[in-house]
Parts: sequence; C-alpha cells; structure tokens
Amino acid sequence: MEQVQSRLVVAIVLSFFLGLMVATFADVRVFLPELLRGAWITIQITAGGIVVAILAALAAAIGKMYGPRPVRWLAITYIEIFRGTSALVQLFWLFFVLPYFGVTLEPFTVGIAALGLNVGAYGAEVIRGAIQSVDRGQWEASRALNMTRMQALRRIILPQALVAMIPPWGNLFIELLKATALVSMISLGDLAFKAQQMNQNTLKTVEIFSLVLLIYLAIALVITSLMRALERKAAKGLSRGRG
Amino acid sequence: MTFEWDWAYTQEILPILGKASIITVQATVIGFILAALIGLVFALLRMSTLAPVRLATGAVVEFIRSTPLLIQIFFVYFVLPEFGVTMDAMTAGILALGLHYGSYCSEVYRAGLDNIPKGQWEAATALNLSTLTTFKDIIIPQAIPPVVPALGNYLVALFKETPLLSAIAVLELMQTAKILGSESFQYTEPITLVGLFFLFFSLVSAALVRQVEAWLKTRHGGA
Repeated sequence: MEQVQSRLVVAIVLSFFLGLMVATFADVRVFLPELLRGAWITIQITAGGIVVAILAALAAAIGKMYGPRPVRWLAITYIEIFRGTSALVQLFWLFFVLPYFGVTLEPFTVGIAALGLNVGAYGAEVIRGAIQSVDRGQWEASRALNMTRMQALRRIILPQALVAMIPPWGNLFIELLKATALVSMISLGDLAFKAQQMNQNTLKTVEIFSLVLLIYLAIALVITSLMRALERKAAKGLSRGRG
Repeated sequence: MTFEWDWAYTQEILPILGKASIITVQATVIGFILAALIGLVFALLRMSTLAPVRLATGAVVEFIRSTPLLIQIFFVYFVLPEFGVTMDAMTAGILALGLHYGSYCSEVYRAGLDNIPKGQWEAATALNLSTLTTFKDIIIPQAIPPVVPALGNYLVALFKETPLLSAIAVLELMQTAKILGSESFQYTEPITLVGLFFLFFSLVSAALVRQVEAWLKTRHGGA
C-alpha cells in the first residue's frame, strides 16, 4: 500500500517538475526533441533486450534443470559468467574483443545482445525458482494424464510458474532499462549519450541531467504499471482455473 | 583474422591492472559502508510517525532506484558543482554508488525491521524505554543480523558496478584496461583479464555470503 502511495507521489512530483522545467527554461524546448530522440533509442534497446533476456533465460533455465549433462554445464557456465562479471565489461568485451574473432557487430546489436544476455542470466534463476515453486503433484498429475515432460512443462507448469515470476521480472526489466545507459559508452546515441553530448554543447548541465533523470523515471513508471497490469491478469486466470 | 592470446603482453599489463584493482576495491568498500549507513537512515525515516517524512523518503528511494546509476554519477559529478559542491571524480563516484545502493539497502533493512515481533515494541514501551534506546538496543540489534546475507548480495552488485566510474575517468580497472587497449590496440587481453578478475571475486564473495548465511542460520535457531 505504502509502496503504491510512494509511486503515486513520484508520478505527481515527476509531472510537476517536467511541467515546471518546460515552462521556465526556454532552453528545455530546444534540447527536449534531441533528448527524446535519444530516449527512443533507449526504448528500442530496452524492448530488444527484454526479448533476448526472456529467450536466453528460458533456454538457460530449462537447460540447467532438464538438459543432458553437456547442456546443463553450458547453461550453468552462461549463468555464472554473466552474473559474475560487470555488465559494462560484458558490453566492452562483445564490442572490442569479438571483432578479433572475426565477428563485427553494430553497436546497436551489441547493446541489445550484451544487456539481454546479462539480464537473461539473472532471469534464468528467477524462472528456475518459479518452476520449482510449482507443486510436485502437478508433475505427477501430468504424468498420470500421459503427457510428455515437454507437454507438462509447456501446458501445466509454466503457466502456473508465470504468476510467481512476473514481479521479479518487472524488477529485472527496470534493471535492464537502467543498464541501457551503458551503451552510451560504445558511442550509441541513446538518452545518456545525448545527455553528455548536449551537456558539452550547451553547458546547461543542471537542466539536461535533471530532465534526463525524469525521462528515465517516466519510462520506468510505464514499465512498472504495465507489469502490475500483467500480474493482475495472470493471477486472475489462475484463480479462475483453480476455482 | 586469426585470434592469438599474447602472453608476453599479459605479463606486462598484469601489474598495472593489479594496481588499478586497488582503486576498484577502495571504491567498493567505502561505497558499501556509505550505502549501509544511508540505507539505515532511509529505512528509519520510512518508519517515521510523520506521514510526509515517510512518503517523501519513499519517493526519494523509488526515484533513485528507478534511474540509471550512470546518470546519477554524472549528476553528482557535473551538476553539484553548479551549486558550489565540488569534489574529485573518485569522491563523486563513491557518493553516487553509496546513494544508489543505499536506497536498495533501505528496502533490505525495512524487511528486517518489519519482521520484529510486535511484542518487542510493546515490551520496550512497558519498560519505559525512550524511542532512541528502543531502536538502538532492542530493535536494530535484532533486525540486522537476519538481513546480512541480502546486504552481502548488494555488496557484490555494487562491486560489479564500479566499472561505471570509468565514465568520469576514475582510474579503476575498466578505465585502466581501456587506456591499455587504446595504447597498444590490443583490447582482448586487458578486457578479458578485467572480466576474469570480476568473475573470480564475484564467485568468491558469493560463496562467502552463503557461508555467512549458513552461520547466521545456526546461530539464530534456523527458522
């Protein structure tokens, strides 16, 4: 309850400051379009990263839990490496080191791949925890109904695990959004990059960095409320199924 | 292009990276002490009997948690000087790390504080203890030990975020690796070594956190 109130206060304060800044600083109207162009790149990378993260997490979690030994080891190695090193180091590694192996990727692709794989490693553990929280009896019942393991996983287990994993995934998506600021360091024109660029050009440091923080906050609030809605929807389906 | 690992170059840069890792460790330790203190203050403010204080602190924590650390580092380093607060890059970076992770830690403390049975508060009132004594001698000593493992996880997370300080040119591991790479055009060795360094220390500290967790469980009757 208190959490929701805080978020509401944040939203009100946010819109107040945004309005105030646009109204009082004439300059804001000059650099806002450029910053919003950067924000669009940030949103694209976040969206792409989310897709990569979910796919990688699903593959790694299922590989780690049900795969044959080599697959399991591969999944564990992936999870430990990406959880054990810094996101920035991973980004730089993909950007600077992969070309030596003959693989040259666009900064945009590197950004989505590095951040998606990074968050996916954390997501794999979230999925594993959620799958393990589903009652054992559900597996036994699926077996009794003559389902294969894959069928049981897809039709019975995952839909129930989904409810438990939505809140932690919401947190991970916010982490992903915040991590996109790192791509500015491989010269990709996202919001953080535009902020530095405009700061160098105009020296309106206070206005630019405040505005940028508020834009990130606005995107985070959108993600949070979308996840909240998704959570309600998934939980509703479950209660109907049980009742 | 063929890929080759240059061992001679590795030997040459290893001492330089070793020296830079001291800065990384310094930033981690000081940053985390700061985060632990700021987190406790935030958590206690969120328990205030004054609703405005509670809500304002909640909003600040929410704000810090949902904006990127990189921008916060820039904010502390570039924006505060405009208000007359000037500090060097290292201090600014540590302050930003401490604030960012402090807001995460405050949620951890809050979980610990919420778990104290109501009876403890009532007993403290019955014994006529002041609010300060109640917190200092009764509540906090019970609230903190159970959440130490969760705090430990944030220590590891903070450690892995220190490469961001390279953005304001603090000469920690990442920045040193980048400089080495740009001098020799050999990025493979320095960046891979930095990655291995972080992997090694993260795995070691994750194992340590698990040990502490197990130790606390036996000590506190393993609930």
